[in-house]
Amino acid sequence: MEILIQQLFNGLTIGSVYSLVALGLTLVYGILHIPNFAHGALYMMGGYITLMMMVNYGLHYWPAILVSVLAVGLIGVLMERLVFHPLRNAPPIHDKIAAIGILLFLEAFAQYVWGAEYQTMPSPYGQVVQLFGLTFTMQRLLIIVSAIVVMLLLYMFLKKTFTGATIIAMSQDRDGANLVGINTSRVAILTFLISGGLAAIASSLAAPINLVFPGMGHLVILKAFVIIILGGMGSIPGAIVGGYILGFSESLGATYISNDYKDIIAFILLVIILSIKPTGLFAKGGH
Amino acid sequence: MKILKRQYIILAMLLFAIFFPLLTQNEYLVHVMTLSFIWMIGVYGLNLLAGYTGYLSLAHAGFFAIGAYSLGLLTVKTQMNFWAAFVLALVITSVIGFLVGLIALRTKEHFFAIYTLCVGYIIYLVIDKWDSLTEGVRGLIGIPAPGNIGPISFQTPLSQYYLVLSILLLSVLVMYRIIHSLTGRTYIAIRNSEELAQTIGISTIKNKLAAFVLSTFFAGLSGALYASFIRFIGPDIGHTVITFDLLTYLLVGGIGTLSGPIVGTVLVVWISQQLQFLQDYRMLIFGPVLTLLVIFYPRGIVGAIASWNNKRAGRTKQLALKDTQKDDRFASSEIAPENQVKEG
Repeated sequence: MEILIQQLFNGLTIGSVYSLVALGLTLVYGILHIPNFAHGALYMMGGYITLMMMVNYGLHYWPAILVSVLAVGLIGVLMERLVFHPLRNAPPIHDKIAAIGILLFLEAFAQYVWGAEYQTMPSPYGQVVQLFGLTFTMQRLLIIVSAIVVMLLLYMFLKKTFTGATIIAMSQDRDGANLVGINTSRVAILTFLISGGLAAIASSLAAPINLVFPGMGHLVILKAFVIIILGGMGSIPGAIVGGYILGFSESLGATYISNDYKDIIAFILLVIILSIKPTGLFAKGGH
Repeated sequence: MKILKRQYIILAMLLFAIFFPLLTQNEYLVHVMTLSFIWMIGVYGLNLLAGYTGYLSLAHAGFFAIGAYSLGLLTVKTQMNFWAAFVLALVITSVIGFLVGLIALRTKEHFFAIYTLCVGYIIYLVIDKWDSLTEGVRGLIGIPAPGNIGPISFQTPLSQYYLVLSILLLSVLVMYRIIHSLTGRTYIAIRNSEELAQTIGISTIKNKLAAFVLSTFFAGLSGALYASFIRFIGPDIGHTVITFDLLTYLLVGGIGTLSGPIVGTVLVVWISQQLQFLQDYRMLIFGPVLTLLVIFYPRGIVGAIASWNNKRAGRTKQLALKDTQKDDRFASSEIAPENQVKEG
């Protein structure tokens, strides 16, 4: 029983990280219908920038994350302006390849600047907490709480502010949004900014319990794709729910099935879903 | 005259390829060249699917690895005759390709790319974790060189070079025949508009599946050759990094062109050799190149040259209009093959 609760807690932690990454991915997909393969590289850059701010510039954990969020958000904006905007009318195969190009570049860049070795991020929240006879590390609790706060803020922003509403409008109907006078270019920039920021938050939160290395985004991005297909491409609640579903199934699968094959669970899940329903669960009409 | 020129170019390239080992005498360069021939075969497979049929498969390295591991396991663990194992490896890859394609092709566009990316990752993880069969991260050692065919043996690097070259030429020939047949036209029709293709009575699923299986067949062929040439394989050959490498070769040369895979592979491999000091950082250059190419020259070097020729031919045609009828006919016959390339 204790193992079960511990694993559920772990699932909640991993699920929070997955949800944050998937949210960024699904926002971009909703607006531009681009599967941003470079999103994993943004996640990786987020981890490295936070680490660099803490180690090289001696910043505290939170300001370091803030810098990282801004920097990665800016990379996202540059990506939109320099690559995806010029390609907006190209055949769909082109922006996928362009995104792969960016991914390869950012990974090589990280390896060049920070080296290929695995690095640990020192977290000020390494303490162990006892709760109801169970032991939790502070960092894991922090991940869960911060992720929920970020998701709530994002939700408020999208639902309660005018700017947020323009994002929703554009994801529902691009031409319609254009007709009622929404500056679609500006919305696209804003979306990439948020998307990059979310990736940076996710990786900065997860880095202290994982490691920082150039390939850290590989598995995460693939799983995020699984999640947004699970939750419906472009759907925001879908990304959150999907993230937690995957988090739980992975941590339980690792305990009760096989630790070696836990990374495969997500992909098998996806293969099954797409085999049964080729447009993903909860697909919103014919995109 | 243009057609004649094209034949000369092909002939020159062929002669160069045949006499290359004699010209350099440098065993390392021959090794690199053989390896790039092997990659080219895989790139042709990717080209048929992504370039002509319009489905970007990111599981290509996975099928490459299946071909390589099938050959490796059959020859090392069951001591099978090399050529029997070779044929069986191709059959295994194609059958797995058929099964994957059956499901994967129900999805479209982004879903297809994501689906195949995940399939590729599953293949990689299975090879990596299935220790008892594939030796996992230790890799598979001691794969034999190609067996003798009659009196010809393939033990020396030189003979392997010619073996790979002839298989490559055969592949290009097969590719040429496919592209310029009704089947190839059908694939292009599917790429341009699947709905339209369906309306004019093309069974899209059957044709897409055929293209997918052919593409995996070439990936398997390339993988099997790789295994017998390098004679050591590890799970890394199934990693998405390899898919991205192949994609880079294809994009630089020209996606959806017949000579693109050759041009791109030779060029990128050669530049990588020159930039060897960069090694792991080569993507610092090739990543942006990939992105820029797709923005400015989506059809790569070959496509850029073809459209440039086209423009020039168009201009000469306009001038020739004033001239005699004969000249005009001549000019239009010049353009015809160019148009073909552009459509293709």
